[in-house]
Amino acid sequence: MTPLWPITWASLAKDIRLEWRSKDAINSMLFFSLLVVVVFSFSFDPTAEESREIAGGLVWIAFLFSAVVALNQTWARELRNQVLDAYRVSPAPANALFLSKALGNFILVTLLETLMAPLFVIFYNLRSLGPAWLLIPVAVLGTWALVVNGTFFAAISLRTRSREIMLPLLLFPISIPAVQGMVEATRIILSGEGSARFWIVLLLTYDVVFTTACLGLFGTVLQAE
Amino acid sequence: MKRAFPILAAVTALLLAYGFYLGQFVAPTERTMGEVQRIFYFHAPSGWTAFWLFFVNLAASVVYLVRRNLKADALAVAAAETGVVFCTVVLVTGPIWARPVWGIWWTWDIRLTSTLVLWLIYVSYLLLRRFSEGAQTPVLAAVLAIFGALDVPLVYFSIWFFRTQHPQPVIGNGGSLDPSMRPAFWMNVLAFSCFGALLCWARYRLELMQRQVHDAQALEALMDDTTESVKSVRGRAAS
Repeated sequence: MTPLWPITWASLAKDIRLEWRSKDAINSMLFFSLLVVVVFSFSFDPTAEESREIAGGLVWIAFLFSAVVALNQTWARELRNQVLDAYRVSPAPANALFLSKALGNFILVTLLETLMAPLFVIFYNLRSLGPAWLLIPVAVLGTWALVVNGTFFAAISLRTRSREIMLPLLLFPISIPAVQGMVEATRIILSGEGSARFWIVLLLTYDVVFTTACLGLFGTVLQAE
Repeated sequence: MKRAFPILAAVTALLLAYGFYLGQFVAPTERTMGEVQRIFYFHAPSGWTAFWLFFVNLAASVVYLVRRNLKADALAVAAAETGVVFCTVVLVTGPIWARPVWGIWWTWDIRLTSTLVLWLIYVSYLLLRRFSEGAQTPVLAAVLAIFGALDVPLVYFSIWFFRTQHPQPVIGNGGSLDPSMRPAFWMNVLAFSCFGALLCWARYRLELMQRQVHDAQALEALMDDTTESVKSVRGRAAS
């Protein structure tokens, strides 16, 4: 068995280079989440004081939907020219491929969040009444929770008919506790009421449990024939 | 084994009839909720049956992943489908009871929400089975079943953090179920468990039969193709 990290790194570097040159995924994600921001603003008054209560939910739903755009692209590139089949017969560990894809998606979605967060602050007139630095661990843990399962389920939905529809159908039910954790933690921090500790611990548990499950079962999914 | 099926069917019919009789006519009317409380004798046993069917699905999925036994996979499908049916019964009977008693159809309380999320997870499991084809379906479905099972405790804890409105468990230590209601309740738990097992078994046999038919048809099509091509080759050779 060849070592894990050099292969992970090689595959990740290749994906990042491809994305850097084409910018397909990041552009469509950025535009998509911008659309979500605008469309949401018609359904309620985004600058009202009460909207602070739902801002957490809004931000995360926008990121969740945009993440699905990127996640659906994850494996499409490897299907062309039977790259995935070549990978299966190579001695490279399956988890290296999975980790590189999950890390690649994580970088993409984090970049999207960094670019979009100021826009949310401006459009929705957001102001944090709680410790704002806590939003960083919430964002990191929440993003990983979305992309680790998203990358895994994208590999599953790759094998189905109408795979683009299948991914959210599989991902959203399983992600409910993670989404709830992100939304609640963000709401508590923004409104400054109480402690977000329970939700951060929940997100951490979710990440540990599902990262382990993904690494344990990815080989099985990759080799499913 | 095949002879046991009609016996189980007959026993289930008797148990369901007796359970219905106990629940509707023998058990006393609840003082505050009135007659509508009797729905509890269908609601709770269905929930219990759904939960153990989902557990059977998980166990069968794990067995399939370890042993690659297609019968375990057929059992996993059967258990998931019947589990979703019983879970739907729980989700439908709950609001019918809640409307007169709580004054609302639905509340986002821990048990209601976690049951709904469980239902969603298993519906997505059935969708995955429907949308994927070929020999990889059992593997992908079994993997998803494991992910769903891992999710259940997390869902439960995340919703547990909210205020809960559902009546506290009435069974077990310090349970508030009146002793005069217990025979009706336990008889229905037994009857619904038998009913669930019966349905799951029927679905399991149907699944095995469907697969046999499918394999036979595939083989037949293959044979036809071969004979056709043999004929055409011979025809060409003759001309």
